[in-house]
Amino acid sequence: MSTPNSTLEETRKAPEAAATEAKKKAGRKPKRGFSSIGTMSPTEKWIRYVLLIVVLLICIGPFLWEFSTSLKGADEDIYTDVPSFFPASPTIDNYIRAFMAVPIFSFIGNSLFVAAVGVTGNIVFATLAGYAIARLKFRGSKIVLGLLLASLILPGEATIVSQFLLVSELGLADTLLGVALPGMVAPLNVLLMYNAFRVMPEELDQAGVIDGANAWQRLWHIGVPSVRGTIAVVAIFSFIGAWDDFLWPLIVLTTPENFTLTIGLQYLAGTFATDQRLIAAGAMIAFIPIAIVFAVLQRHFFKGVEEGGVKG
Amino acid sequence: MKTKSWISPWLFVAPALLWLGVFSFWPSINTIILAFTNAKPLGGDVEFVGLSNFSYMFRDPQLMNALLNSLVFMLICLPLLTILPLLIAMLLEKKLKGISFFRTAFYTPVIASAVVVALIWTWLLDEQGLVNNMAQALGLITEPIPFLTDRWLVIFSAISLTVWKGLGYYMIIYLAALANVSKDLHEAAAMDGAGPIRRFWSVTVPGVRNTMALIAVLVCVSALRVFSELYILTGGSGGPGGEAMSIVMLIQQYARGFAGDLGYASALSLLLFAVTLVPLLILGKINKKVNES
Repeated sequence: MSTPNSTLEETRKAPEAAATEAKKKAGRKPKRGFSSIGTMSPTEKWIRYVLLIVVLLICIGPFLWEFSTSLKGADEDIYTDVPSFFPASPTIDNYIRAFMAVPIFSFIGNSLFVAAVGVTGNIVFATLAGYAIARLKFRGSKIVLGLLLASLILPGEATIVSQFLLVSELGLADTLLGVALPGMVAPLNVLLMYNAFRVMPEELDQAGVIDGANAWQRLWHIGVPSVRGTIAVVAIFSFIGAWDDFLWPLIVLTTPENFTLTIGLQYLAGTFATDQRLIAAGAMIAFIPIAIVFAVLQRHFFKGVEEGGVKG
Repeated sequence: MKTKSWISPWLFVAPALLWLGVFSFWPSINTIILAFTNAKPLGGDVEFVGLSNFSYMFRDPQLMNALLNSLVFMLICLPLLTILPLLIAMLLEKKLKGISFFRTAFYTPVIASAVVVALIWTWLLDEQGLVNNMAQALGLITEPIPFLTDRWLVIFSAISLTVWKGLGYYMIIYLAALANVSKDLHEAAAMDGAGPIRRFWSVTVPGVRNTMALIAVLVCVSALRVFSELYILTGGSGGPGGEAMSIVMLIQQYARGFAGDLGYASALSLLLFAVTLVPLLILGKINKKVNES
């Protein structure tokens, strides 16, 4: 990333080239008001950085403290009056104890299964439905859109009792499929995909029609490549949603072997309530994978959100 | 060829429609039906009981507590989560070096599970946790504050946790809105000698007004739906005597086990739906007014 000042320098030298460069970077028109960045005073810059760091500490401080606790050994006092941020002799002992105390590997496997079903279902079905509503002119598409929008005002918690009855009647109570099935198509994701396809240039589709491509081919060869960003957002949202969900698996699951990570973690915390080091290790086991997934994909995520926001 | 062209759109939307019908609309209808019955989680005869589930609501002290808790929860979250994320978004708006790192870091509490986050806060707010120990070391307090064992303190703790976890989420929505606020207006206002605070109120706030209304509603609805934060902070008990429960915690309690009562849980679900509808209706009214003027 070049600094704002050097970007400004480039703009003076070769306005055309720099403009296209910025266009490429931002993926859209260069923002107005680049000049106001140049005029930011050093004092303002410092104040901004100080405030940013304060917010940073508030946002990630608690995670770091939990991480630090998880690395403190049994002989280190974790209740000191003056907190010691760095573990005296870091140890993975608590993690090993957590894996021995509860079947964390199967919790992780269960969570991964639920997340995989959710991500796959949402990507495939939301893309199909979103494309059809936005791009294939058909009678009743307005009604389908209306139904999707109407379902958004329904808080999920309000139907959870009946949903559990339904899942029980399907014989899926206390199963992972019972946890995963209802979340396979989220109306919000269909609407996200609909929005993405709606703003796709008309000519692209027309070209496909003229070439005699059918709806499926047009979706696959023309539609999908132009909405990759939104697909990434849907994937990330569904993964996080499934991985982090608590209330629904809490209602569906009863046998510890079937627990997802969040339920298992609550079970761990309930069983070893006074063992803060162990709970901290468990919390980190649940947190670190999703933090890594997000860190790797964050660029696509923020880009997709930005596009959705600007276009929507 | 002709048949193909009308069938394929329906094939494309079929799975989504099926899911919507089976896992959203049918359960809603069934919730309405169940609310008038005495259905139990463990089966048995189901009878229609008229309005008795609803009349019991007025005599249910736990529900009165839950409604009061939810109201307090909402009224405190509303200003905090409408304003603070905007201020943070304004910090992130300028393209300083390393800004994308800060953006990602600020979003971290959003991606973490409410369970993980609530366990972290349970430890922070423990009688021997970081907050109490530091406050004691600094001489601010002599006795530890019972954040997690007092009804209102545990609710305020859950509120701070919710605000902390929500900052990043609403910040992202504001960032998209801020990008569309005219920079020229800012510059014009600055030329006219308007200071940063003045410009905030007369340029930024009007520029993101619609987003602000939307966020206010989202904050209210999600405050009314709070569950995991309170559940974990109180260790599943709902605080002393179950007085720190939320509506959803009550629903969850009645949904399972021997003491369960699906009829009453369904009636509570309808109540939850009704109360979350209020902020949405207010937003609809505001939007209509804005469109008319």
